[in-house]
Amino acid sequence: MSMALEIATWVLMAAGSVFTIIGAVGLLRMPELYTRMHAASITDTLGAGFMLLGMMLAAGLSLVSLKLLFILGLLVFTGPVVTHALARAALHENIKPLLAEDRRGVSRTSAPQ
Amino acid sequence: MFTAAAIAILMSLALAVIRAIKGPTVFDRALAGNSVGTQAILLLAVLGFLTDRPEFLDIGLTYGLLNMIGTLAVLKFFRHGDLAYDMKEPD
Repeated sequence: MSMALEIATWVLMAAGSVFTIIGAVGLLRMPELYTRMHAASITDTLGAGFMLLGMMLAAGLSLVSLKLLFILGLLVFTGPVVTHALARAALHENIKPLLAEDRRGVSRTSAPQ
Repeated sequence: MFTAAAIAILMSLALAVIRAIKGPTVFDRALAGNSVGTQAILLLAVLGFLTDRPEFLDIGLTYGLLNMIGTLAVLKFFRHGDLAYDMKEPD
């Protein structure tokens, strides 16, 4: 039982680490703001979710895992709110999403306004 | 296991900080700042497990609340140019 718990914790922490790095690489590599938001939400949902679940398994049934559950709930509720506000503010500033037909004409590195 | 996770979180923190420095618009920087906040919460939780001090989770909870409020305040400031803007102005 303890061995299975250990393996499950390992798998969840490894998955969380991988998704956190994927989100960060996407945040750095994506071409414009809205696609970067898409990449950053991977870190907020899958990365944080898997990692906190893994830590909950490691902590067992205690106050520590309740606090981890609170942190997870906080991330689940505040992440979409902040992303929505960010997209609204960016659209208000006339930052247009980069579409596929726009991208054929312009070079990849030119920043859209 | 927790050491590996901490190293992964530190690597993604470095990438997010690079985006915050490079980011062409202020919204890229706000997004990178929010991402740094999330990863800081994860790093605090992992650090609590590494050092066997679960008090770090309380700091993580506080940091999560502050992160949301801070990002919304920054967005409001850059959208309206003022934190106490007049409600009557056209949106």
